[in-house]
Amino acid sequence: MAQTLIVNGEARESDSDPDTPLLYVLADELGLKGPRFGCGLAQCGSCSVLVDGVEVRSCVTPVAAVTNARITTLEGLPGLYAEQAGLTDAPELTPLQQAMIDEQAVQCGYCYNGMIVKASELLAANPDPSDAQIVDHMNGHLCRCGTYPRIVAAVRRAARAMNGGAQ
Amino acid sequence: MSARDVRAAFDRRFVLKAGGALVIGFPLAGRALAQGADAAVAENLVRGAQAGPPDAEQIDTWLAINADNSATLYMGYAELGQGTTTALPMVAAEELDLEIGQIDSVQLDTNITPYQGGTYSSASIARGAPGVRRAAAEARQALLAMASEFLAEPVENLSVEGGVVSAVNAPAKVVTYGELVGGRRFDLAFTGAAPVKDPADYRLVGARAARKDMRAKVTGDYAYMQHERMDGMLHARIVRPRGQRAYGDGARVVSLDESSIAGIPGARVLRQGDFIAVAAPREWDAVRAAQMLAVEWAAPERPLPDSADLFARIRESATDDAVIEERGDADAALSDAAFTASFSSECPYQIHAPFAPNCATADVRADSARIVCSSQDIYATRRGVAALIGLAEEQVRVQYREGSGTYGKSCYDDCAQAAALASQLAGAPVRMQFMRWDEHGWDYCGPPHIGEVRIGADADGRITGYAYDGWQHTWSFVETTQQLATGAPAAGWPTGASRSVNPLVCGGMYSIPALRLTDHMLKVEDWLRAGWLRSPLDLAFAFTSEQAVDDLAYQLGMDPVEFRRRNIADDRWLGVLEAAAEAFGWEPRPAADRVQPVVTGRGIGLGTHLASWGGAAAEIAVNRSTGRVRIIRLVGALDAGCVVNPAIVEAQITGQLVQTVGRMLHEEVQLTPGGAASLDWASYPVARFADTPQITPVVVQRIDEPCSGAGEETMAAAAAAIGNAFFDATGKRISSFPMTQNRVLTALNA
Ligand code: FES
Ligand code: FES
Repeated sequence: MAQTLIVNGEARESDSDPDTPLLYVLADELGLKGPRFGCGLAQCGSCSVLVDGVEVRSCVTPVAAVTNARITTLEGLPGLYAEQAGLTDAPELTPLQQAMIDEQAVQCGYCYNGMIVKASELLAANPDPSDAQIVDHMNGHLCRCGTYPRIVAAVRRAARAMNGGAQ
Repeated sequence: MSARDVRAAFDRRFVLKAGGALVIGFPLAGRALAQGADAAVAENLVRGAQAGPPDAEQIDTWLAINADNSATLYMGYAELGQGTTTALPMVAAEELDLEIGQIDSVQLDTNITPYQGGTYSSASIARGAPGVRRAAAEARQALLAMASEFLAEPVENLSVEGGVVSAVNAPAKVVTYGELVGGRRFDLAFTGAAPVKDPADYRLVGARAARKDMRAKVTGDYAYMQHERMDGMLHARIVRPRGQRAYGDGARVVSLDESSIAGIPGARVLRQGDFIAVAAPREWDAVRAAQMLAVEWAAPERPLPDSADLFARIRESATDDAVIEERGDADAALSDAAFTASFSSECPYQIHAPFAPNCATADVRADSARIVCSSQDIYATRRGVAALIGLAEEQVRVQYREGSGTYGKSCYDDCAQAAALASQLAGAPVRMQFMRWDEHGWDYCGPPHIGEVRIGADADGRITGYAYDGWQHTWSFVETTQQLATGAPAAGWPTGASRSVNPLVCGGMYSIPALRLTDHMLKVEDWLRAGWLRSPLDLAFAFTSEQAVDDLAYQLGMDPVEFRRRNIADDRWLGVLEAAAEAFGWEPRPAADRVQPVVTGRGIGLGTHLASWGGAAAEIAVNRSTGRVRIIRLVGALDAGCVVNPAIVEAQITGQLVQTVGRMLHEEVQLTPGGAASLDWASYPVARFADTPQITPVVVQRIDEPCSGAGEETMAAAAAAIGNAFFDATGKRISSFPMTQNRVLTALNA
């Protein structure tokens, strides 16, 4: 059964069963590398995407539930950021992605899809979060490599950059 | 001859002529080829066409110089998220006088990359760097000889910067590496005489450098194993009981009803013996089929204990006992000692639980196979897969792709074998993705441990005697897929380093005249599958031994750092002790001198794995009424000899300390008689953002010393420091981890 999804601003067709989790449509049918399998149980955040700006776990979200929504994956975050910040062109990297590089935060990096999606959700709603707010917001996302301290530092750094502080 | 062959032959003549000084090392095979290369022979030399490992004494095995004056490194160590693809190219760039941006590496491949041993034991720099350094030095020597001929200047007059060779006294004379050999082979064997740089001249090694893989990993461009696809492939899943039974039990199929998945489009059952998988064209259909397939499994023949009875079962089980190290008369020294401390610990099964379950793709044909997986040792994986599917090793090509961090022997070999067997049974390429419960439930666990230690000291605070008895079991040797498919009997690795009491961690940092270390090895088939888990058993050893050391200091009324200082003769251990204490801001005082009503405490600890020196200090808070422990601050100091890239090692230490928080506070495999019951992140909690303490990594740089490994050594020290901080806070020793509320309350009320 064909259905249309709006992914990163483009209409995309999927012929998966309506009860197929969104993750498999994004990863297998659309070939996106951002959302990725980690648990399939909504426990880890590996598969996170934004649906109308809100982080959801695509591994447990049936594709039929999001056909009328705007889905943004890791790949689409620069575009979404440009829209939120009123820029005409999407940057190559969002300030958050740049901050992750500046903090040299990543180890294996597998969890960073979820980390970046979740922290982008936070920064869109709260441009200047405290450490406690960052920890609270991010606590449902696991990083088995233990890069949490650098992620918190990167979110802080990104907030500074977005507020016109030191890049 | 094609145009390319002609050019290659011409270039080899150039090498022959230019490299007068190189004749010693010029390979006969290369010479023959240069003289009479026919297309077939040349084709054989295209990278990837022949089964490896390639000749490790050939420069081409390790390095290629590209026409654009960049270099490609072919190394034998895998990127596991620890930064190998940045650090090893740095080592090569250092010797070649290239910039970091001019060199890249390729993914491991049994048809391409050299065999350097598996990427474990924190070995990628310790054992990987010397091979890479040597190859790069040989290449530099060869390149300089060519440049000397080309520029008509003696080698002594040449200098190199960024791969540009120039004559010191005639700056106009310039040639690049790319111009000398760009895009062509060296065809040169190692001379064994290439000089390596004096560490005093290092420009890159020892400097902080950004990781090469960072950008692609934050944009979503990075292709992980889980993104690998093969043409015409099916999606596959394994079907096993949820949670492994005892290793010796495997899992026996009583009955299987294929009609239970008849309604799923294209879904098929793939079975050999007790190995069962399902495959379907669409991934979600494979997931559903694995869940719906009706299989009845035989009840376990060797029921496991419940978690609560684990240590009682260990104590009553038969063991093979062996004294593994003894000097002096430990018993006499202990009975004569002015002060003695004894301590006994119980440490749980813990698992790797990689953030992403393992994945592998396989295309198995009648006379060849290609496997892509996240193995720590692709050549070992090739051996296992070839035996399982009945091909010769040379017919099997194994390629590495990074998955999520593995921290040791997760299910990567099991998954690669399952993919290969499923492909063979299906007659089609498959992508095998383990589900969360497969990976958690069939992990090669870090074994449990009971440690009993006794330590004695004289009235001056010098340790005089030490005895450590350890109960644990070894690693399992047979992969689960192989066991289920072939009925291969359970077998264990012979006792050895990492599965036996560790002399470096159990007293090894102190000067102790009389010492005895004893292993009590359980029968491997009665317990869970096991394999190396980051800092194998060392957390348990350090947690146990260093608490007894601390207790001696306490009895003597001495500050625990001062007590250790007094008993350490080795500079490297002293170095990490002082580094950890200083970074922590350690003020001397005896432990537990201010217990009421304060509920915070601090501790110090030392530990390592097989090499390197780790020191740690911890500050923790204990809530005496709820039993909740929070780790406030952790300092980890690591002496890993020459540290190639301190920024990467700091990240490694940070990761080790965060993981230690999880292992000390949360991680424990739950057991039931029916099998392991920790199957996901709810039943096997790990450290989260909210658990993360303030972390201070300290690199003790020793640029003149050999690199000795930086992937796991501060974990043991940190486990010990946390145990000692608990005593400082509460005046009670805690004898087991993870420090759950129940365990803490039990310890407080003891
Ligand atoms: S994969 Fe969806 S939350 Fe883990
Ligand atoms: S960086 Fe490896 S799981 Fe987060």
